[in-house]
Amino acid sequence: MSGIPHDHYEPAPGFQSWLHRRLPIVALMYDTLMIPTPKNLNWMWIWGIVLTFALVLQIATGVVLVMHYTPHVDHAFASVEHIMRNVNGGYMIRYVHQNGASLFFVAVYLHIFRGLYYGSYKAPREVTWIIGMLIYLLMMGTAFMGYVLPWGQMSFWGATVITGLFGAIPFVGEGIQTWLLGGPAVDNATLNRFLSLHYLLPFVIAGLVAVHIWAFHTTGNNNPTGVEVRRTSKAEAERDTLPFWPYFVIKDLFALAVILVVFWGIVSFMPNYLGHPDNYIEANPLVTPAHIVPEWYFLPFYAILRAFTPDVWVVQLASLVTGGIIDAKFFGVLAMFGSIAVMALAPWLDTSSVRSGRYRPMFKWWFWLLVVDFVVLMWAGAMPAEGIYPIIALIGATYWFAYFLVILPLLGVLEKPLPQPATIEDDFVAHYGAGHGGAKSPAATPAE
Amino acid sequence: MTTTMRKLVLSAALALALPTGTALAAGGAGHVEDFSFSFEGPFGSYDTMQLQRGLQVYTEICAACHGLKQVPLRTLSDEAGPAIPENQVRAYAAQLEIFDPELDDFRPRVPTDHFPESQLPNAPDLSLMAKARAGFHGPYGLGLNQLFRGIGGPEYIASLLIGYTGEEKEEAGTVLYENTAFPGGWISMAPPLYGDDVVYADGHSTELEHIAQDVSAFLMWAAEPKLAARKAAGFQGVLFLSVLAVLLYLTNKRIWAPVKRRAKQTPAE
Repeated sequence: MSGIPHDHYEPAPGFQSWLHRRLPIVALMYDTLMIPTPKNLNWMWIWGIVLTFALVLQIATGVVLVMHYTPHVDHAFASVEHIMRNVNGGYMIRYVHQNGASLFFVAVYLHIFRGLYYGSYKAPREVTWIIGMLIYLLMMGTAFMGYVLPWGQMSFWGATVITGLFGAIPFVGEGIQTWLLGGPAVDNATLNRFLSLHYLLPFVIAGLVAVHIWAFHTTGNNNPTGVEVRRTSKAEAERDTLPFWPYFVIKDLFALAVILVVFWGIVSFMPNYLGHPDNYIEANPLVTPAHIVPEWYFLPFYAILRAFTPDVWVVQLASLVTGGIIDAKFFGVLAMFGSIAVMALAPWLDTSSVRSGRYRPMFKWWFWLLVVDFVVLMWAGAMPAEGIYPIIALIGATYWFAYFLVILPLLGVLEKPLPQPATIEDDFVAHYGAGHGGAKSPAATPAE
Repeated sequence: MTTTMRKLVLSAALALALPTGTALAAGGAGHVEDFSFSFEGPFGSYDTMQLQRGLQVYTEICAACHGLKQVPLRTLSDEAGPAIPENQVRAYAAQLEIFDPELDDFRPRVPTDHFPESQLPNAPDLSLMAKARAGFHGPYGLGLNQLFRGIGGPEYIASLLIGYTGEEKEEAGTVLYENTAFPGGWISMAPPLYGDDVVYADGHSTELEHIAQDVSAFLMWAAEPKLAARKAAGFQGVLFLSVLAVLLYLTNKRIWAPVKRRAKQTPAE
């Protein structure tokens, strides 16, 4: 697939040409910034900028925090309080960093669900999708390790629970767990390596973000119609697209500013709203909190982890078939990682030839049910694992897997898609044109 | 599978996540009274006189067992806090001894030292208690109420202090006191306040409920001393970002106007 034809950087004679022959950096920046972008992108296409901003924000605030933080079990908690009380503006930097993680995850979930609805994962954007999933996994690892650093009760016990998951792996689990922790239990060695990795991984994420952007700049953006930009000639391409600068830069910055108003309001007026109060109690290996709850953004997957109790028949079957190697705990771990793995495989599980959910009447319902399912799982993850909640979590987990493994493959066969617009330009004109939505193009072709 | 098997299968850690009756489960949670504090809501700020009274209650009663080890004494002179004059802070600090490893001896504290740690091993440090006991209005309560009615931590502390019923029982050699606010209903801390436990210089009422609220407000300040500066930054930031958003909105509208005009003129093919 060749790129969308567009104007390229022409170095002026003199210094520009001199530099261009040696390092085409201006050309790289020009081509990145002037990339042709489908003109019909809607407001769900702003999350990429928000995510980039969140990454920079977290790195910037994190670099300052680490200047004042002490990674030692005896001093970590007090050093965070030192930041909150003595460091100039420290309370604000720390609250921004703490809530910045939530901003990051709100944006990434909306970004992922946008991709799922508009079929952004489909050919030829599979690599973009896979890189995105890797970024998401690294984000979770980074956020988890960052949460351990203040060395509060939830830090300590969260770390104990999550590293315990690796201990569930048969035969080698215990060895892996000890290797991860740097000892038999969460202790000073754990705190030190978590800080090291918490500092390292964001830069790995930054690298992957560059690859993510490179990948979709190669294929071109998806758009709400899922119809590709015409690329037989520059003139045609220009009727479907606008350069990223200034049209989308300004649009995205406007959206970012609105989001930051809300974000700043939360940071300033209710900074502890999304945190767990127990993390203001210093870690104590001898006192277990009544309730170990991960941060909100892990809850859906935490619910899936806990959903597979030993009385579930698939768990019993797996245990029987493997001669007990796969027990309920390991099954839960597999299910948790599997729930992300099936999402990563969406490009190959979705058999529909139509990209955008806008033209898929049956898919729409299943998609919105998946969104509801995600919220229900999040809620179930926050509840104690007793009474009705494990059953709700099990139903939620089942639907999650069914959506990717059964519904997506079947819908492509069963569903009769709606007609799609022939071009992006048609869609744009239909939206903004004289008829304002009524101007249906006669050239609209039924789905392939 | 039997229940024993089930317990074995679930990791210790996961088992710990199983029920033990918490505020979240809404099972053993006690009753928390919704007091109205001056520092609640976006415009709320600490009441200097209340913090000074709270410091007095803390010093004369709580400090006998509890500590405030995260709180530097010098912050008592913060304008947005208790605003105690510096010479008085110095005098207050001097009454408290600290072991100085360099002198290998005890010396009086200076304002740059922190409050002493807890005197009793089983009396928790109170530096962050108001935040550690949040949640009454918080994520597990009525959500956004937190914005207007505070985090609920000081409410919990005040409710606990007035929540003793007078009932006692002995369990494994420990005397437990019935308390309507404490999760589970029985607490090992003896009732610390009865009313008229202190004499206020400002003539404020020393009824139990008033003292309890004063010391709770003080502990909220101890946990969140930068509350005023944070809210001020909030108003500045929200204002600045709102103006920025409006400017970007107008810029965006202007940039896109010709594109949308052209679309309007394009006849639908």
